[in-house]
Amino acid sequence: MIKVEFLGPIGEESLELHANTLAEIATQLQEIETIAPWLSKCAVAVNDQMTSDLSMVLKSGDKVSILPPVCGG
Amino acid sequence: MELYQGALDVPTIFNRWLKEENSFNYGAYIPFVGTIREENEIEALSFDIYEPVLQQWFDEWVAKAEKLGAKVKMAHAIGDVPVHTSSYISAVFSPKRRVALELIDEFVEDFKANAPIWKYDVIDGKRIYAEDRSTPMSGSGLLA
Repeated sequence: MIKVEFLGPIGEESLELHANTLAEIATQLQEIETIAPWLSKCAVAVNDQMTSDLSMVLKSGDKVSILPPVCGG
Repeated sequence: MELYQGALDVPTIFNRWLKEENSFNYGAYIPFVGTIREENEIEALSFDIYEPVLQQWFDEWVAKAEKLGAKVKMAHAIGDVPVHTSSYISAVFSPKRRVALELIDEFVEDFKANAPIWKYDVIDGKRIYAEDRSTPMSGSGLLA
């Protein structure tokens, strides 16, 4: 299982999903009504490393973090 | 990198940073203070931080500064920070002023764009995400 956590203002509980790649996570998240609108403006980290590789292979126990638009300071 | 619950004690942190770097022969020390302005009827701003990614972001800047013979430091608040107090301070130390002046500009601007921190207005005790002032991080939209 892959843990998917939604950071900051998204306000959704974490999910446990079955997936072999990040692309499979994307497909599942796109089907969730409350999460889909966030995806176009969110960045992604896998095991706390930022990534831009949708084909990244995932293994059970990995953590995917969804990071919405930021404004520090 | 230092994180604190609530408003920062700016003079205390800056003084400590100065003392820490006192013996390194830096010719320039440039501090930056972010203060919460009174506007839009807010009583405070509030912040969430994702520390693991923030630490990596900061560590990359430490390495970048080191290549220039410089050092960067920062402190940020978590939770509510009242107006007229500080939520964010940073500083650059370098042997010569030009490196420090350029680095503080890049460091603060990249912080605004890519540090995993979320800001909320606090109005009548309610937290409202400052969506219109927020910026998608590099690589956003990957899962859309």
